[in-house]
Amino acid sequence: MDQILEILEKEARRSPEEIAKMLKKKPQDVRKAIKKYENEGLIVKYKAVINKELIKNDGSEVRALIEVNITPQKDLGFDRIAERIYSFTEVTSCYLVSGTYDLLLIVEGKDLQTVSKFVSEKLSPLENVKGTVTHFLLKKYKEDGVILKHREENKRIAISY
Amino acid sequence: MRDIISKKVQEMQPSGIRAFFDLVLGMKDVISLGVGEPDFVTPWQIREAGIYSLEKGFTSYTSNKGLYKLRLGIARYLKNRYGLKYCPDEEILITVGVSEAFDLILRSILEPHDKVIVPVPGYVSYGPLTGLAGGSPVYINTKESGFKITPRLLEKHIDIKTKALVLNYPNNPTGISYSRKELEAIKRVVLRHNLLCISDEIYEDLTYDFSHTPFPILSGAKNNTVYLNGFSKGYAMTGWRVGYACGPKDIIAAMTKIHQYTIMCVSITGQMAACEALESGRAPVEEMKREYKRRREFIVEGLNKLGLDCHKPSGAFYAFPSIKKTGLKALDFATRLLKEQNVALVPGTAFGPFDDYVRISYACNFENLKEALKRIGDFLAKRK
Repeated sequence: MDQILEILEKEARRSPEEIAKMLKKKPQDVRKAIKKYENEGLIVKYKAVINKELIKNDGSEVRALIEVNITPQKDLGFDRIAERIYSFTEVTSCYLVSGTYDLLLIVEGKDLQTVSKFVSEKLSPLENVKGTVTHFLLKKYKEDGVILKHREENKRIAISY
Repeated sequence: MRDIISKKVQEMQPSGIRAFFDLVLGMKDVISLGVGEPDFVTPWQIREAGIYSLEKGFTSYTSNKGLYKLRLGIARYLKNRYGLKYCPDEEILITVGVSEAFDLILRSILEPHDKVIVPVPGYVSYGPLTGLAGGSPVYINTKESGFKITPRLLEKHIDIKTKALVLNYPNNPTGISYSRKELEAIKRVVLRHNLLCISDEIYEDLTYDFSHTPFPILSGAKNNTVYLNGFSKGYAMTGWRVGYACGPKDIIAAMTKIHQYTIMCVSITGQMAACEALESGRAPVEEMKREYKRRREFIVEGLNKLGLDCHKPSGAFYAFPSIKKTGLKALDFATRLLKEQNVALVPGTAFGPFDDYVRISYACNFENLKEALKRIGDFLAKRK
């Protein structure tokens, strides 16, 4: 993977000037490369990783992993029905997987009822959906490579040879 | 006061900057560019192997030389990576970091007043340990030759009592390293005078611009070399204290004799973790290396822009800029920077007579590096 991507994947706010210094490139070349990655869709978007469990008051959000069994459509396979499902805004992620079920969804809602309602009223009734299994998430330990628990820093002595 | 401390130890020079170190350690919220160890934590799979070994009850001594599995792993690693062949039974000793190995070699080879050539700037322990082992360090100042020892410099300092040469590349504190061609030239002098080359290559994993050449692979050099390495820097395992020495079997046997009485063996937990480091592959090392390299480009450019002339280090994680233009001496520079801007670095005088230099470690996260560079800029601007 290009080092520009490696750097941005870790820290999206690193500026093209800083990246240019780190990689001994010209800032305009880095900017051009980033633009290219953005246009090609390699860099999809920049967003903050938020530990929602720490949000006070309205932070109560419920997430569920949902296994979905579907009947593929002639000529279109799973793609068409997957599109119908992932187009719901409640669905934050959607994967086609191998194994005992076909689609794995991550669904978010403001409470248990909202998610249940989505499953029973929107998802299950779909013509090609044969069955669903819903797992509500109880605790998040790590997400997208980021460990969410606040950890004690490794304390090095401040000066040594 | 009773007179109980031996002359030898009394004569050991205490580090002139101890007071400065104490000052740093007494301050809060310092951004430190003064650290001689990686800012990364040991990769998890290695830590996990250490924990697992404890769970399984591996809490005993190991053989004096170290776990056979680890010695075999090291032998394989050196053979695969460099084509360097050492026999795990007789030519490899596991030590408490390179520091112990270095001490063992000197104590194994030195007769009273034998001389050991120590190029400076260099790591702080070489000279004092030579003295402790009864020898005399011969310091060679390499400032005029780009901080590198040259055959000419070397020849000039060799006499009948010279027994060994200490090499350390990539170097702490300058970050310089040697190309194969430069090493060949040094080797010819070493062999001509039948010296032992004590080659401290602990930073070999962190070589950025060319591939690292271990001294013992140079043709004819192996019998005159003890190769020192360990897991501290490349694998970010400083606190585990696992290093090793590879060399001719008579020297390793002599070192093992001392090691068995003083140390017995390296902690088994550290050795088990080191085995995992070798087995689990170099991906984490390579990733850390890429990160260090990017920081290097950033800091070296930044320092030069601020007018602190700095050669580009080809390895380790140190920059060694000149502070001559500021008109300040190293300790004064470091103390003022600490007090005025809360940034710590190590004065060049820690590593020899280098009053015009400071050592900057870029083994710190990028945000801190950026902030420290800004503060150094503010510090310099105020002085103008």
